[in-house]
This record gives sequence, structure tokens and C-alpha cells, in this order.
Amino acid sequence: MSIIEVTGLRRAYGGRPVVDGVSFTVDEGEIFGILGPNGAGKTTTVECVEGLRVPDAGTVRVAGLDPIADHDRVTGLLGAQLQESQLQPKLTVGEALELYAAFYPHPADPGPLAARLGLTDLLDRRFGKLSGGQKQRLFIALALIGNPRVVVLDELTTGLDPRSRRDTWQLIEEVRDSGVTVLLVTHFMEEAQRLCDRVAVIDRGRVAALDTPAGLIRGAATATVISFTPSRPPDPADLAALPAVTATTTDRDGRITLHGADDTVTALLSLLARHGITAGRLRVTDATLDDAFLDLTAGHAADRTDRES
Amino acid sequence: MPTVTTAHTAVLRTEARLFRREPGALFWLLVFPSALLTILGLIPAFREPGAAPGGLRVIDLYVPVAVLLALAVAGVQTMPVQLTGYRERGILRRLSTTPARPASLLTASLVLHAAAILGSVLLALAVGRLAFGVALPAQPTGYLLALLVTALAAFALGGALSAVSRTVKAAQTLGTVVFFPMMFTAGVWLPVQSMPETLRHLVEWSPLGAASQALAQAAAGEWPSWSHLGVTGLWAVLLLTVAVRRFRWE
Repeated sequence: MSIIEVTGLRRAYGGRPVVDGVSFTVDEGEIFGILGPNGAGKTTTVECVEGLRVPDAGTVRVAGLDPIADHDRVTGLLGAQLQESQLQPKLTVGEALELYAAFYPHPADPGPLAARLGLTDLLDRRFGKLSGGQKQRLFIALALIGNPRVVVLDELTTGLDPRSRRDTWQLIEEVRDSGVTVLLVTHFMEEAQRLCDRVAVIDRGRVAALDTPAGLIRGAATATVISFTPSRPPDPADLAALPAVTATTTDRDGRITLHGADDTVTALLSLLARHGITAGRLRVTDATLDDAFLDLTAGHAADRTDRES
Repeated sequence: MPTVTTAHTAVLRTEARLFRREPGALFWLLVFPSALLTILGLIPAFREPGAAPGGLRVIDLYVPVAVLLALAVAGVQTMPVQLTGYRERGILRRLSTTPARPASLLTASLVLHAAAILGSVLLALAVGRLAFGVALPAQPTGYLLALLVTALAAFALGGALSAVSRTVKAAQTLGTVVFFPMMFTAGVWLPVQSMPETLRHLVEWSPLGAASQALAQAAAGEWPSWSHLGVTGLWAVLLLTVAVRRFRWE
């Protein structure tokens, strides 16, 4: 059963369309990812789900309710973690939990919630003194304090060190396992691949693809990535003529990376054998979500730098 | 809706706690006006009868100045910085995603500033009365009315400043720029009643200049003149319009 339904969503800023006909549904109990380069319209999309923005066109339903018209009821069942948002610097963790608990008719008990998120020892610490990871844990706690059916997490792990990021991923899985639906906005491929049951790739305000991470990888033009260091450079024309090759790159050390399919591997090996070239440190790997993402957003040159950030 | 009431109370209680954790703001709001009054009262010449118009002492004129100073600090310094900070940090936005209203933070800020101003005014009146024998306002109702109108103007100014400032830094800079003319027109350097006639007539068109005249009249036992109350009231309406039109929640 779907808990979030977005149909034909459009939103423009100053005449420039930021969200241009986005549709998707999120099933109850899943982690649904919204993946896309910076400026693709991810945040605007979820802001419409949270009731912070009024769509220009299209409909948004959360548990069958309109986030604008039924603002009070939607905010009661949806918890939000906002991108780049802070609290009062002198508010303590315990006071923040107590305050936000007072907003909801049936809040979670702050004590056990704090324990679940590893905040028990920080209850007396002021917000301004928390580390990045501790702040994010508090924001997850605030998103959960109203016992919501859905939580929206917008770029939760941006700016966290790898260790805190992994710990946060674990927490998100625990949230889903407790029966809460998670709408996760991210630009980290690894995060989407690890956590999400399904992913909508948003590019330039539109849904470029919507599938499971494995489905996205299978459906992408690149299925296999082959890399090797040849004993002497092969003819680039020969490489380009290999079956199913979609891209060939050579780095400064002369190492060649081919994007292709299973067929490419055998054809490459016989090509190299014919020319008496040995392939040093040959690696054949399945494409990752990263590769699928690049295929889906190809032609949008600016995205290639964003994806590295 | 009971939840909304609970949320308002919870926000007010939390904001009251946070208000007490800002010793700097509390000093300027509560202590500074009366401290200035005390320092000036220690100057013997300021306690000489007849040194000011109407047979008054200079110190008599400085009690309303201290009162206006508390209002100016609230409207120009503490309130705009607080409200702009709440917007800049995304706190108002975060409240919009909960069943609570972001307006409850604005209400809490108004209530707490009003309480602080009331405390500051009572302190200034008490210090004036007990330390320097300044008579309490002879027309208390008129004094209270003038105070209310002026508080409205100060809060409207605070709202307008936070509406036009996008960042806390901008609010602080703008606040400091506005604070000096506010202090001048409140009569900090020279009480409005002692100003040369041309200057006084000019200052009477400013919100605090007119308020100063209204408070002085009420202190002396007259009903504050409607023209002075009207000038301050008009400023309040004007600034409130700017605040409402320009204020953004995010």
C-alpha cells in the first residue's frame, strides 16, 4: 500500500521550472531514495511532501491527505529532518526533545528514544556544543519524536565523516525495521545502493528512472566495467569496435577502463591475445549505481563534478 | 485544538529558559537603563532644582529617558537579532513541519520582551524614586498608555528590522545604525525637554521623541497630548506594515 503519492508535481522559481512533472509512489515500510545531482529538484520535491511548499501543479498525498490543506494532520504523521537547519545554540538536547514532544498528541517517550539514538549522555549538552554526527542523531530523534508513520531525511549524512555516516545508515535501517517509512534524499550513490529499497533518480526536475538499485544497474547501458594495464597500448579503434562498449577511458598511467557487457570481456581477451598484449592487473566488476547514475544523467556535464562531492 | 495550546505553552517555557541564558541581552534590557540613570544621578549638578525646564531637576527628565532606552534596546537590538537568527537557522521552518506554529516563537519573543521591558521600567522608576527622590508619574493611566503605544512602536520596529535583514549579521549592523538616532531622539545625550526649540520640534516627529514628550507630560500629571501619542502610534502602524509585508518565514 502506498503512503506517499506524488503525481505530475511542478514547481517553478522565478519562471525557471525546478520540479517539472515528477511522479512517484512510496510504499508503506520501505526506504525510498530520491537521488540526483545538486540542483536537480530533490529538496523542492520533498518540501512539497512536507507541506513547506505549495506546488504550482500536480498533487501530493501523504496517507491520502493534502500536505497543504490538511497541514495539521500531515505534520502529525510525518517527521522531517531538514537540510542545513539548526536549533537554538543554547538549547540542550533534553530540552529540545521535551519541547518537540509537546507538539504531538501521542509523542514517543524521550528517554528510550534518546537511548536508541545514543543521546542519553548528551541530554544536558547544548546544541551549539554538539558534533556534526551528534546533531544529526538529534535531528533523527526530533523527526521520530511524534511517532510518525513517515520520516523525510534530506541529505542527512552530508558533511559527516565516513564512520558517523555508516553509524547513521545503521540507524536509518533500524527506523525502517520499526515500521516507519523513510523518504531519503541523497546524492551519495553508496548510500542509496546500501539503504534504499527503491530509488527515483531525479535529473533537471524530472524522474529519469525509478527502480530498485539492482534494477537501475541492470537497466543501465553499462553492466560490466573492465580495467587493465596493457603491456603496450592497443589501437583505440580496435577497442571502440568491441561489442557492447559504451565508453573507454585511459588514465595517465596508461590503465584502460572499458564500460560494456559480458560479451565485451571475451572479445577483449581475444583481441589482446591476437596482438600479443598482456593485460596487467585485469579487473572485471559489475557496474555500480554510480555507473548507472552517470548513464542516466549523461549529457548533463555539470553533474559529473557534483557527484564527486 | 488542545495540542496547539500545549505547543504554545511549551515554546514559551523553552524560550523563557533561553532568554535567561543570554546575560548580554538581559544586561542591556534590564540593567543598563537604570545603571545609566544611577550614574547621571550621582552628578551633583543634575540634582540641582530648576536646572531643567519647568523647575525640574535634570535627573527628573532622565527617568523617562531610561524607560525609552529599555524600549529602544528591545526593538533595535535584542528582538531583531533573535528573530532573524530563528529564521536564518531554519528554526521557524522546522516548526512548520510540526503541528506547532512558527508564529508561536514570535509570540513568545513578544511576551518575553514585554515582560523584560516592564521589569526594566519598574526598576528605573524605583531607582529614580528611592535613590534620587524622583516623583512617580502623577498621571499613571496616561503614563501607561504612552508606554503601551511606544512599546507597540518598538516591537513594530523590531519586526520591521528582522523582516528586512536576511542574516543575523545584517540585523546587528542595521540595529547599531538605527540605535544611535534612537538614543538621540530618546534624549540620552540631551533630554528632549531641554533641547532648543527648533531641534525639539523636529525630534517630536520621531517615535521616541514624541514618546518622550508624552511620558514627560504624564509624569508631570497632565494627560499626554494626542498629537504626541498619534505620532508614535503612526510610526507603529507604518513599521508594522513594513514588518508584515516584508517578513519571510524562511
